[in-house]
Amino acid sequence: MAKALFNILIFPGFLFLFVLGLAVEYLDRKLYAKFQNRIGPRWYQPAADFIKLLGKEDMVPQEADAAVFKLMPAFALAANITAFLYIPIWEKKSLFSFGGDVIVVLYLLTLPTLTYFLGGWYSRSVYAMLGAVRSLTQLFAYEVPLFTCILASALLANTWSLEGMALFYSAHPGYWLFNLTGFAVSLVSLLGKLEKVPFDIPEAETEIVAGSFTEYGGRFLAFFRMSMNIELTVGAGLLAAVFLPFGLDLAPAFVFSLFIIKVVFIIGAVSLVRSIMARLRLDQMINLCWKYFAPLAFLQVLINLLAKWVLIR
Amino acid sequence: MRMPGVILKRALYHLVRKAATIRYPYVKTPMPDKFRGQISFDPKKCIGCKICMRDCPAGAIIIKKSEEGDIEAEIDLGRCIYCAQCVDSCPKKAVQYTARFELAQSDRKILKVRYRSEPKNPVKKQP
Amino acid sequence: MHDSGEVNIPIGPQHPALKEPESFLITLRGEKITAVNIKIGYNHRGIEKACEERTYIQDLYLIERICGICSHSHSTCFAQAVEEIAALEVPVRALYIRSLIGELERIHSHLLWLGVAGHEIGFDTLLMYTWRDREVVMDLLALLTGNRVNYGINTIGGVRRDISEEQIKEVKGAMDILEERTKYYVDIAEGEATLSKRLSGVGVLSYDDALRLGAVGPTARASGVERDVRKDDPYAAYAELDFKVITDKHADVYGRTLVRLKELMESYKIVRQIIKDLPEGPIVIKAPRKIPAGEALSRYEAPRGEDAHYVLANGTERPERVKVRAPTLANIQAVTHMLKDRYLADMPIVIAAIDPCFSCADRLVSVDGPGLKRKKTMTWEALRLFGIEWHKKQGIDISSLNKKISRMIK
Repeated sequence: MAKALFNILIFPGFLFLFVLGLAVEYLDRKLYAKFQNRIGPRWYQPAADFIKLLGKEDMVPQEADAAVFKLMPAFALAANITAFLYIPIWEKKSLFSFGGDVIVVLYLLTLPTLTYFLGGWYSRSVYAMLGAVRSLTQLFAYEVPLFTCILASALLANTWSLEGMALFYSAHPGYWLFNLTGFAVSLVSLLGKLEKVPFDIPEAETEIVAGSFTEYGGRFLAFFRMSMNIELTVGAGLLAAVFLPFGLDLAPAFVFSLFIIKVVFIIGAVSLVRSIMARLRLDQMINLCWKYFAPLAFLQVLINLLAKWVLIR
Repeated sequence: MRMPGVILKRALYHLVRKAATIRYPYVKTPMPDKFRGQISFDPKKCIGCKICMRDCPAGAIIIKKSEEGDIEAEIDLGRCIYCAQCVDSCPKKAVQYTARFELAQSDRKILKVRYRSEPKNPVKKQP
Repeated sequence: MHDSGEVNIPIGPQHPALKEPESFLITLRGEKITAVNIKIGYNHRGIEKACEERTYIQDLYLIERICGICSHSHSTCFAQAVEEIAALEVPVRALYIRSLIGELERIHSHLLWLGVAGHEIGFDTLLMYTWRDREVVMDLLALLTGNRVNYGINTIGGVRRDISEEQIKEVKGAMDILEERTKYYVDIAEGEATLSKRLSGVGVLSYDDALRLGAVGPTARASGVERDVRKDDPYAAYAELDFKVITDKHADVYGRTLVRLKELMESYKIVRQIIKDLPEGPIVIKAPRKIPAGEALSRYEAPRGEDAHYVLANGTERPERVKVRAPTLANIQAVTHMLKDRYLADMPIVIAAIDPCFSCADRLVSVDGPGLKRKKTMTWEALRLFGIEWHKKQGIDISSLNKKISRMIK
């Protein structure tokens, strides 16, 4: 019982994820600044932002549905933290692994997007409603490539659990190289899930102020931003577990450091893409996802099916 | 064919290059010579012609000249627009530019800078 | 809000897309724009009236502060108008220095615009790069004129500061750095896929529409209209300089980007010519304090287009009437036309593409036409009372505030 509490509250639960979320936000912002030839924020800036937001007045608009408005940040945070509990960090399995947890993680990652939509819609402000609708429209575009690529990797490993995938890829070293196309496609689709440039259409600052988060302030905004940071960690962790499952036979300390290095690498790629492209328009993004990424994802499935048939009779 | 992300090489290059921004306010860039910052006033050179008062677009300079020729001046930094027309108009070069531009204050009264020249005929104290 | 599926979304007066307050009330159906309603006047500061109460020397600095980026344009245009009324022969060296600062201001403005355009489409890296290069120009201008914006180099009859040999060397060095960096931006504009996806086909303004709606500056030149005051009506030193008028056939925001980038390259050429051919001589001719009666209209090619100033002098130290027609006022009519049947996501970049400077544009506009029946002239007192009555009808009573103010003035 005490161990379970420790796991949920300290490691790898709330406290660890909070600290990791802040560190990840710092890394992202610092890299973004460096690519733009600037100095960037100091290491304590994300923590300072979080504390500052907690201290501000949180106003609920008069026409908004107060219950939904206030609950959505909590739901987003809860969904993201729960998703992280299934990702293997220091060994091949996580604390709560079971068969089929890839599907659960993907489902839990969809929940935050739904909370952005509901939070924005029930804010009843024009900008928020526009941002909310865009958020959901974007979901339809990037979800299929992302899910298909992850499921393609699971297909090769013949299992629906992250533990099973880790065991399979450790037993067959080098097989994860088959999934490189899927890795590339899901890296770009992850940008859509995290709503970062070039896919930060739901939160386009110059068009709709702040999208779904226009009316949010104070501690609600603090928790939304924290949940976005943790979503970044979870997404990077998921991609690391599914597409980069090497080096998992070593001692737990090494596996943990390797996990951190993989997450840092993925976040570096996300920041790099964020700084070298402009924001796409919604119709252009949907075109791109359905015309290019979805076929590539299906190609990845084909490759994996062929590999399975040829190599593993 | 147009590719997305053509500035990739430049972005990665900037990762190792020195940043273009500085850590202000711990590091400051110096301003060039004859920068139009705060206006400095030398009451000893002033003859009280008040051309600067007439030419100031914002009415920021107020000069008072007593009968003995003592000059009392007040420059309101809040009203000054730092155009330095007074510097050009003064025939005796009593008004000059300085490079001070960090003049923000939270109390408006501090912005009114007063200058006073030494009295030419000081009244002797009776023993 | 959801009758017939149309939503009214207010862009402005305060909005992250706009750098200055203006109200665009956009009617949306889904993501498509069906109608745009523009209201201007949020930046009206009564500058034209304030000019009438100050002398010509003081007015120079007031006019210069109409706008931060076009400040030298306004100041030179005004000085030219006054010099024309007083029939002053400005020395040639002063004209060259004025053109030099004018071109440096154009470089500054176009680099700023590139950054703003990048920011509007979500390309913040372009913003950071171009504004870093803008620092080179601003440091140069601080060296030459004493301030980074609002240069104050003009005076009636010439310029206030001379340019020394070392400063000329600095200018040369800065031009070399900037030319290399601008070539890189031209490569990005032509090669980056996401940029051209956001800028092409957006904000289309055909040649005939540009002429009909009265567009000026790069907005019109990108549609093929070859209009540039520097060539049509040369002022300052432009009659003796050799440069091209840049036009483009694209007629959309992408074309405007290319026009501004190529104008940057032309400006570097012009600056190099100016510092090579700078003639010797005095920099100012003494101007009288009382300008004789007369009127003049002077035009100037500001970075945004044609800027026109009209000055009416009456023989005293103060002008009788000053009227400023800024280029953005001419371009803003085209925005409604350009936004029809486009997506909401195009709105920031279309508005940014005309390079709006609403501070310049918000002067008094009088509309006259065959359909309008009432025409009334009011004195200042009558206008003031009209304002008080209007506010009373809205439920705001300012008479107590009035009493307080009149007591304070006394």
